[in-house]
Amino acid sequence: MEKFRKEILKFLERHGNVDLEELGVLLGVSGAEVANEVATLEKEGIICGYHTVINWDSAGVDKVNALIEVRVTPQRNEGFDKIARRISNYREVSSVYLISGAFDLLITIEGKTLLEVSRFVSERLSPLEDIVSTSTHFILKKYKDFGTCMEVPNKDERMLVTP
Amino acid sequence: MRNPLSTKVQELKPSGIRKFFDLVSEMPDAISLGVGEPDFETPWRIREEGIYSLERGRTFYTSNAGLKELKKEITKYMKRTIGAKYSLDEVLVTVGGSEGIDLAFRAMLDPGDEVLIPQPSYVSYEPCALLTGAKSVIIELKNENEFRLTAAELEAAITPKTKMLVLPFPNNPTGSIMTKEDLEPIAKLCIEHDIYVLSDEIYSELTYGTKHASIAALPGMQERTLVINGFSKGFAMTGWRLGYVCGPEAIVAQMVKIHQYAIMCAPTNSQYAGIEALRNCEKDVKEMRTAYNQRRRFLVDAFKKMEIPCFEPFGAFYVFPCIKEFGLSSEEFATKFLEDQKVAVVPGTAFGDCGEGFLRISYAYSIEDLKLAMSRFRDFVEALRGEK
Repeated sequence: MEKFRKEILKFLERHGNVDLEELGVLLGVSGAEVANEVATLEKEGIICGYHTVINWDSAGVDKVNALIEVRVTPQRNEGFDKIARRISNYREVSSVYLISGAFDLLITIEGKTLLEVSRFVSERLSPLEDIVSTSTHFILKKYKDFGTCMEVPNKDERMLVTP
Repeated sequence: MRNPLSTKVQELKPSGIRKFFDLVSEMPDAISLGVGEPDFETPWRIREEGIYSLERGRTFYTSNAGLKELKKEITKYMKRTIGAKYSLDEVLVTVGGSEGIDLAFRAMLDPGDEVLIPQPSYVSYEPCALLTGAKSVIIELKNENEFRLTAAELEAAITPKTKMLVLPFPNNPTGSIMTKEDLEPIAKLCIEHDIYVLSDEIYSELTYGTKHASIAALPGMQERTLVINGFSKGFAMTGWRLGYVCGPEAIVAQMVKIHQYAIMCAPTNSQYAGIEALRNCEKDVKEMRTAYNQRRRFLVDAFKKMEIPCFEPFGAFYVFPCIKEFGLSSEEFATKFLEDQKVAVVPGTAFGDCGEGFLRISYAYSIEDLKLAMSRFRDFVEALRGEK
C-alpha cells in the first residue's frame, strides 16, 4: 500500500478526532490532500467508522460485556458467512470473529444488566438453527481496549528543564 | 581554615540551564518545553527485562567494560546502523553517554592540548575538557549553515596543538545533522592534521528522512574516532544511565582503567535491559521516531506561520528558532515568556555564547502540549510586535 495512505490510516487508528488540516501539517502535506485521501479511503470502505474509547466504569454508567464462544454447523457453499452475518445484525452484538481452535465464532455482546445479556444468549442466540453450543464469559474489568490502557496515564515526572 | 576546593573546580561555571531550572521550579503550573529527554516511558519489554534480571538475582557487578553479551549486541548494532565493525575489546559500556565523554577527555588530553568544540552544543564538553587542563577552542556554528560544521570553520580553528575534535551530531540544541557528504571534508582535514574525533552520536536513532551517518564509517577514520552513544534518547532510557563508547582498542583500554577505578561498572540490571533493547525493540524506536517527526513538522510549521525564522532541523528532538527581531537577549526573552505565558523554553546561550538570539524548544512532548505552548508563543510574540 502506498506509504502516504498507510501513514494516514495509522494515525487515524489512534487519533480519530484529529483535524485533517492539522494532520496535513504532521505528515508534511496540505490539509486538502489529506482530506481527499480520507474521503477516498472512506468511499473504498477501508475506513469503516470512527469511534471513541470510553471507560464506562469511570463514567459511572453500568454496562455488562460478555465474550461468547459459539460452535456452529457450517453450511454448504456458505461456510460460516451466513450465520456470522445473521448474528452481526443484532444490535446487542458489538463484534463477531471467525476464529481457529475449539470453537468457531467469538462474539462480544453489550447489555445493561447480566439478565439482559443472559436472556439474549438463551432466547436469541442459542435457538438459532445452526448453533451447536455457546459458552458465555462475562467481562469483569477492562484493562486495555483497542490498544488503549484504561488507567489514567502517569503524570509527567520529568524535571522541568534538563540539558 | 584552608580553602577546601581545587582551583580547577572553582573555574567550572555552573550550568546555564541550572539557573533557568531554578526559575521554572518556582512556577509549578508552568508548561515546559525545556526537557532534554523523551516523554515516552521505556518500552515495556525493556523494562520487563530489567525486572527479570532483578528477579533472577542478577544484583552483582559485571566485568568493568560491561557484559560480554551486551557488548556483542553493541558491535552488531554498530555494524547494522553505521556500518563500522568493532571487536569486543573496542567497546566500553558506560554510565550514560556523559561518562564516555568525560573518560575520553581524561584518557586523551594533556594540559596544553587543544580540543575543538563546535557550539551551540551539549553543556558538558567544555567543563570536562577544563578538568583535564586542556584548552577548549570553540567553533561557532552558524545559522546560515543550518548549524553544521564546515571544513572552512574547522580549518580556521586548527593549530599544531589541536588534538581532538568534538563532533556533536545530531545536535542538541539545534537539531542539526551532518550527512555523509558534510562529513567527508571534515574527515579529510582530521586525517591531514592528525586529529582525533570524539563523535557524540547519542541522538543517532532520531533523524528524520535520512539515516544517521557516522564519521567513524568513513575511510581512515575508525582508527581515530571514538563514538559515544547510549540508550537514553533513542530507546527512552534516560534514568537507566546506560551508554557506551566504541573506538580504537588502545584508547578504550585506557578509558576502561579510569572507569574501573571511578565507577566499577554500569548498573547491572540496566545492562541486561540494554541487551533486550538492541535485540528486539526496533519497532518501538520506529514508533517513537514517527511521533517525533510529526511533532517536528508541527513546530516548524507553527514558527513559519508566526514568521519566526527557524531552519528545518532533521535530528534529535529540538527546534532552534531565531528571536533576534525582538531585540531581547535569549535569556530576557525566555524569562519574559515564562513570566507572561508560563511556558519554559531554554535560552540558546545555555549551549554556548553563539546561541545568543536563539531558543531551544524541545518536542519531547505530546502534540496537545505543543499546541497549547505554541498558541501562547503566538500571543507572546504578537504582544511584543504590538509594542514596537
